Amino acid sequence: MSNAAVTASAPATNSDKSILARLGAAFVGRLVIIVPYVWLLFFFLVPFIIVFKISLSQTAIAMPPYTPVLDFKDGISGFFAGFGALSFDNYAWLTQDALYFNAYVTSVIIAAISTVLTLIVGYPIAYGMARAPATIRPTLLMLVILPFWTSFLIRVYAWIGILKPEGLLNQLLLATGIISQPLIILNTYTAIFIGIVYSYLPFMVLPLYSSLEKMDYSLIEAAKDLGCPPTSAFWKITFPLSLPGVIAGCLLVFIPAVGEFVIPDLLGGSQTLMIGKTLWNEFFANRDWPVSSAVAVILLLLLTVPIMFFQQAQARAQEQDK
Amino acid sequence: MKSLGSIRRDFAPWNDPNAKPYIQFDNVTKKFGDFTAVNNLSLTIFEREFFALLGASGCGKSTLLRMLAGFEEPTAGRILLDGQDLRGIPPYRRPVNMMFQSYALFPHMTVENNIAFGLKQDGMPKPEIASRVAEMLKLVKLEQFAKRKPHQLSGGQRQRVALARSVAKRPKVLLLDEPLGALDKKLREETQFELMDLQQNLGLTFVVVTHDQEEAMTMADRIAIIDKGEVMQVATPAEVYEAPTSRFVAHFVGNVNMFEGKVAEQTANTTRIAGSSGAQIVVDNAAKTAAGADIVFAIRPEKIKISSKKPADAVNALEGEVYDIAYLGDMTVFHVRLDDGQMVRASTMNAARITEDPLSWNDRAWVSFRPDAGVVLTR
Repeated sequence: MSNAAVTASAPATNSDKSILARLGAAFVGRLVIIVPYVWLLFFFLVPFIIVFKISLSQTAIAMPPYTPVLDFKDGISGFFAGFGALSFDNYAWLTQDALYFNAYVTSVIIAAISTVLTLIVGYPIAYGMARAPATIRPTLLMLVILPFWTSFLIRVYAWIGILKPEGLLNQLLLATGIISQPLIILNTYTAIFIGIVYSYLPFMVLPLYSSLEKMDYSLIEAAKDLGCPPTSAFWKITFPLSLPGVIAGCLLVFIPAVGEFVIPDLLGGSQTLMIGKTLWNEFFANRDWPVSSAVAVILLLLLTVPIMFFQQAQARAQEQDK
Repeated sequence: MKSLGSIRRDFAPWNDPNAKPYIQFDNVTKKFGDFTAVNNLSLTIFEREFFALLGASGCGKSTLLRMLAGFEEPTAGRILLDGQDLRGIPPYRRPVNMMFQSYALFPHMTVENNIAFGLKQDGMPKPEIASRVAEMLKLVKLEQFAKRKPHQLSGGQRQRVALARSVAKRPKVLLLDEPLGALDKKLREETQFELMDLQQNLGLTFVVVTHDQEEAMTMADRIAIIDKGEVMQVATPAEVYEAPTSRFVAHFVGNVNMFEGKVAEQTANTTRIAGSSGAQIVVDNAAKTAAGADIVFAIRPEKIKISSKKPADAVNALEGEVYDIAYLGDMTVFHVRLDDGQMVRASTMNAARITEDPLSWNDRAWVSFRPDAGVVLTR
């Protein structure tokens, strides 16, 4: 009897264990998803709320340089009393001074032009890499990534040496007799374009390369076989199929380029107007934390809202495909 | 065995000395670096022929197809299509279309846009394109899938789209690179017959590359067997099977038994071959060969009779022991070890449900065959 009971209960405990194991596995599975969200919560959402709160405050000659400071010095009631002092005055201020509007618009235009230029420069590079013999592809990939091993700041400084009136580029062009007067490139928008295209090229080339490399070359042969000359085959087959790479590359270049500060500051000179520089000035020169926070919040909305709509549209298109 | 002709009895332009060749490979050589893929090869294909290039992978058959399509240029020699030298003509100007092994369907286009692609390239008016696409969809029975994308189709459906796309332009020649390679066995057999019907109905010239001998035998009017970039034999499926001209072809297509030996005696119609261990056989149709020369008699397993007693009237009968039996349902394959040590494969159709003369493992058995049941090979 007892023997029978033992044998009968054995499978039961087994299945209990497997239920526990399954729950455990499910928990581990959740954990994997939870970790990045916790990370985003603490290092993106919380700092964003702090910045947003500062943008609703007023400047003050104090430490920190704004008021109200939400703390528990006067107890919980004091904390909530601080909320009354918050206002959207700084956002109203941004609309009153054309400086900010112009800076946003210029930044978006400069970033857009730079993105298109980076795409034009990067596409042939990525295409060449994807069509290169498989044995040398890793080397080519390495060469694209190699500049990252030096400091970004130093690389941008190096461009000053190249672009300045008595710099390497002008010396070369004067020596070969192509020009008789040194070109003024440094401290112009051209220098900013050169700097952005150079600095962000790998971010364009890598996603393009990965989408081009996946492509089956027999598709091009099929297009040719059906009467399509090579150029036309590129626009009808290769380019549409590399579109995910094009979009990813453009976003990776455009987003950081809008808020770029180092390149316009070092290569663009004092008269160029970009939102990153405006922000820096408000923060460090004017010590106006609330206004600079408002500038940052608007910049964030300016970038994320269109991208969110775009991604939603893309997801819907993919859904229809299935 | 009166005839080894074509299955389509009224179609045999290769036997007509006045027939005009449609596709001609003239001493074509193709080298990739040091590797010679195609070696001084000549081949003639006729209009409306269903021609198969059969060979193991890497034998150069796909290179031949790609040269015809224009993706590769011959290193030497020339290729003529309907009398026109194809050298220097890019693939997009050649009146041939290819169905790719991977199908190469454009993943970002719907089925109908895939089929219409070539027609749009030709600048065909829109209403005509629409009616041609509809016709093609009907031909491959995919009408209700017109708006789908390739990734929403099954393997067999994709194969049909690829086929429809490649015949939509009514090319002079349709090239098919392993057209059925990715399909499962059942679907492959069905599709073979559909391809043959299609070729007959459209009246096109088909050149198909395959490594599957059964596929080539089923579909083709003639087969070219390719090895190491050279043509081993060009013949109808029946000729290739019943009258191979070399050991390679005999081995490559179907199963075969080879009796090696030396010419012992030759009369007007028969040759007596002495095997290395003393067994002698008498065979027909041997070309004039000097006595003592090395010679091979190749015979297919189903042409060999197996019995437990020596057949009274047999010219050639050799004794041995049953080594292995494979029962395959429709037929049984016996492996017999002859007393001189040679293994012989003999197959018997199981026409009756109960065998009159049952044989088992290790039984003594006789294998016998007629003098004209095989071919004599010298190379």
